[in-house]
Amino acid sequence: MDFFLQLTINGLVVGSIYALVALGFVIIYKSSGVLNFAQGEFLLIGAYFFLAILENARVPLLVALGLTVVSATLLGLLMERLVLRPMIGEPIISVIMVTLGLSSILRAIVQGIWGTDTHPFPALFESSPIQIGPLPVSRGYLFSVVSSAVLLLAFTLFFRFARVGVAMRATAFSQQVALSMGISVKHIFAISWSIAAVVSALGGVLLGALRGGVDGSLAVIGMKALPVVILGGLDSIGGAILGGLIIGVLENLSGGYLDPYFGGGVKEVAPFVVLVLILMVKPYGLFGKVRIERV
Amino acid sequence: MLRLENVEVIYDDVILVLKGLSLQVPSGRIVALLGPNGAGKSTTLKAISGLLEAEEGEVTDGAIEFEGQRIEDLPPEKIVRRGIFQVMEGRRVFEDLTVDENITMGGFTRHDRAELQRDREMCFNYFPRLRDLRGRLAGYLSGGEQQMLAISRALMARPKLILLDEPSLGLSPLLVQEIFAIIGRINREEKSTFLLVEQNANLALSIAHFGYIMEGGHIVLEGEPEKLKSNEDVKEFYLSGGGKKSYKAIKSYRRRKRWLS
Repeated sequence: MDFFLQLTINGLVVGSIYALVALGFVIIYKSSGVLNFAQGEFLLIGAYFFLAILENARVPLLVALGLTVVSATLLGLLMERLVLRPMIGEPIISVIMVTLGLSSILRAIVQGIWGTDTHPFPALFESSPIQIGPLPVSRGYLFSVVSSAVLLLAFTLFFRFARVGVAMRATAFSQQVALSMGISVKHIFAISWSIAAVVSALGGVLLGALRGGVDGSLAVIGMKALPVVILGGLDSIGGAILGGLIIGVLENLSGGYLDPYFGGGVKEVAPFVVLVLILMVKPYGLFGKVRIERV
Repeated sequence: MLRLENVEVIYDDVILVLKGLSLQVPSGRIVALLGPNGAGKSTTLKAISGLLEAEEGEVTDGAIEFEGQRIEDLPPEKIVRRGIFQVMEGRRVFEDLTVDENITMGGFTRHDRAELQRDREMCFNYFPRLRDLRGRLAGYLSGGEQQMLAISRALMARPKLILLDEPSLGLSPLLVQEIFAIIGRINREEKSTFLLVEQNANLALSIAHFGYIMEGGHIVLEGEPEKLKSNEDVKEFYLSGGGKKSYKAIKSYRRRKRWLS
């Protein structure tokens, strides 16, 4: 039982971070219909930024986090300006291909600067766990879950009630119609890319802290968010949350219980098996919007 | 208020769609722009609202002047802020937003909350049916309700000039009557100016103060609705049922449009 609980909690923690990264996917998809394949690199860059600021500037933790957010915002704006603005009005598939190229370029730049070795992350939290009921839970885990939850809630409300949030959904439906309302599509894209870069950077920092180090494999974890969003529905924040948690828990449980029989690697495959099964029943994902078709 | 002078529009750098089009829309009026398919009516509206930009179209010659200022090079969001709002062909509501959210988006460029709330009420007064559908996704509305929503969206921007592209498209005749009556009312009560593109010439001329007929990228005929309605060619080609087909008139089958006016 303890083993099961431990796996489940691990899964929920990792899952909440998946959900956060998935949120980045969802925000860009919701406003522009584009799947951003460079999301994993945003994660990586965020973690390295944070590390660099912490090591060089010797500022308190929260200030370093704040600076990471600022630089991630700038990164998002830069990406929009250099890469996406020239692509406005081009077919979605071309833009998706561009993000794929962007991912390789960004990764190369990151490796050029920081190399491929693992950089150790400083311990951000005290190591003594907090007792929740009978279970000891590490502070880092708790912090990850809570901050993911807060961000996810904030963005859910943002898309439901804020004018800009609604405008982002409107832009996703049709850029031309959004333009005809006086909505500046350029601004909307800039905002959505910045938000995506920021949540990914935060996800990167959290993941780095949990794993105790940063290296290129962080970007691969970022891509785990892809099955998460497809499972949850590409345009649903609620779906991203649930999808993240499901995949996180599944991964850990299947890894813990099945690896001994299959000789390892189940952890990597299990989420995709479930993904395929769910999509057979719900092709738009668990919460994806069903396209309204008039006949 | 709005003046187009010899406007030329080219799509994709090669396809010449508007070939020196000139027209004027005076303040407070409904001006109808009529013509057959492919004449360039929608292109004219998009040239004014700036939406050509998203379709690889470009105003290459001539001038578009709104309240004395050139606007042909402005991006669409700036043109909306100047007070021109286009209701696009085929309604184009945001299908996965609710009716309320769609209306909110119409007022995106404004920030006066109390006034916005009042205008929302005004929309519901013009289109009471929308009030009951507020929380419904716009994609599930009927065609007529979507057209009402599209017009409401325009009203929310409180534009000086509304460009209406084929509001009758795909609607039942009864509904079309209703919507046109409301357009007339909005024009009288809110003093909104309209530039109305229509296939249904009869209907458009029934509420318009002035009409232009365009063909092949330029204006071929213009005048008061009464004058247009009595023009032989307009009767024959647009108002259908104008010609009493007697044997005497049989040669009209071979007659080409001449636009002698």
